[in-house]
Amino acid sequence: MTICLTFHDLTLGYNSHPAVHHLDGSVRKGSLTAVVGANGSGKSTLMKGVAGVLKPMAGTCSVAVGVSIAYLPQQSELDRSFPARVIDLVSLGLWPRRGMFARHRAEDRERLGEALSAVGLEGFDNRPIDTLSGGQLQRALFARVLVQDAELILLDEPFNAIDARTVTDLIRLVKRWHGEERTVMVVVHDLDLVRQHFPEALLLARRPVAWGEAQEALSARNLLRARQFHEAWDEDAPWCVSGHHHDHRYDEHSHDPRDGKRGAA
Amino acid sequence: MSGTPIDWLIAPFTEFVFMQRALAGAVMLSLSACPVGVFLMLRRMSLTGDAMAHAILPGAAAGFLLYGLQIVPMTIGGLIAGMVVALSAGAVARLTVQKEDASMAAFYLISLSLGVLMVSLRGSSVDLMHVLFGTVLALNNDALLLIALSSGLTLVALFAFWRVLVAECLDALFLRSVSKLGSPVHFVFLGLVVVNLVAGFQALGTLLSVGLMILPSAAARFWVNRVESMCLVSISIGLVASVSGLLLSYHASLPSGPAIILSAGAVYVASVLLAPRGVLLSRLPRTAHRTA
Repeated sequence: MTICLTFHDLTLGYNSHPAVHHLDGSVRKGSLTAVVGANGSGKSTLMKGVAGVLKPMAGTCSVAVGVSIAYLPQQSELDRSFPARVIDLVSLGLWPRRGMFARHRAEDRERLGEALSAVGLEGFDNRPIDTLSGGQLQRALFARVLVQDAELILLDEPFNAIDARTVTDLIRLVKRWHGEERTVMVVVHDLDLVRQHFPEALLLARRPVAWGEAQEALSARNLLRARQFHEAWDEDAPWCVSGHHHDHRYDEHSHDPRDGKRGAA
Repeated sequence: MSGTPIDWLIAPFTEFVFMQRALAGAVMLSLSACPVGVFLMLRRMSLTGDAMAHAILPGAAAGFLLYGLQIVPMTIGGLIAGMVVALSAGAVARLTVQKEDASMAAFYLISLSLGVLMVSLRGSSVDLMHVLFGTVLALNNDALLLIALSSGLTLVALFAFWRVLVAECLDALFLRSVSKLGSPVHFVFLGLVVVNLVAGFQALGTLLSVGLMILPSAAARFWVNRVESMCLVSISIGLVASVSGLLLSYHASLPSGPAIILSAGAVYVASVLLAPRGVLLSRLPRTAHRTA
């Protein structure tokens, strides 16, 4: 078993309030994990932490050496009024390969074409991005992830406000990545979708509630426990003393590294 | 001078060296300032250009106080003042919750008041007018060389950082997830804005040098829908405005800086009204539409 991503006592948050509190564990290379939880439970924050756009308040989040990351944020800072075509947007995904200076070659253009047809956007190359529908834009962003060709893929709520057919197409892509031994983490709200398509799930309620095989992690009992957390910040909350996480363990699912799945203290 | 229209257009530039110098300066400024303006506009920073134009005043004034009305010290002073304001505003925006519009406004106001204070310490109002409104018709060799240098530097930097600049405008968060270049290149870009404003202020004055940056690119937005073509169209508009402004200034004895910027302004207004993406054509009732 190869580890792709390791959390060690990871706390992420804003203004000294934790949004992800003392997360321990690791993500296996080639695994497909759904990240589940209520609004405000820390899912997007965790994605930002892994992608490296948010620095940890405590602990570490370490990606295995040489693993490239593709990150599709929930709230893209994409400027849709920018005068760009679909092909310009998708070719941003060539960055890891060509960087700032190198010319885009014929093989790159071929990749772009393949990516567009893989997401069902053939013939959209020259469409201005401000004329795309929400679903088409999401398909284009998936095409960019395809072009990035990363080993660790982070998708933050990629299926929001997307119609059923597009969700089916995009799930097929996620499964293709899974089949290619890439490590994929997807923030999802639709629990049926998770049970149907995701082998593993991480249930968050600021702290990790359950993490493991999806059916088990999303048991009625775990879901009920995940609901019992206060979304609002408590301005008078006492300071969290490190090394003293009495209520941050999750009870039933063993994540001892020795059991061969993944570790959690 | 005979009265044919061709003579009216050509003769001023063939007969007078000062007009040739003015034209050379304006052409070089258009080549670099217009594409910089396109990126300013696409980043919704058009007014930042205006703020920066005010911010360079104390530097130019310091050069003027120490060395009199000389182009090199005033340029270096303007560069320093502009860089300090750009870096401070950018740093506050990136390190705190305050957005760049507010921090930029704060720093440029501090800088502008310092500048006015320094000019009033020594100069007469004629000197102040000179700094504020420029003298494109009196560009000497030093001034032309400085404009050529800054224009060349700008074009090289734009070519080199093109992909980062586009990526930062289009999807800043994506760029942050794949590269750490976003922030440094933003500062390089602000530096280019300052360089072009300073290069422009000898010709057009501190207040109006930003005009050649913003007006042509704002007008270009109505004609085309690609960054590359917007840069080319804005350069063309800048060139047309430079030539027509200089001709107006020559034939009607108008101050050249405002004449050039007003010409650009006229192109802008015409573009707003008449261009394919302008007011009139986009409001026309469409009688026909395609089946798919």
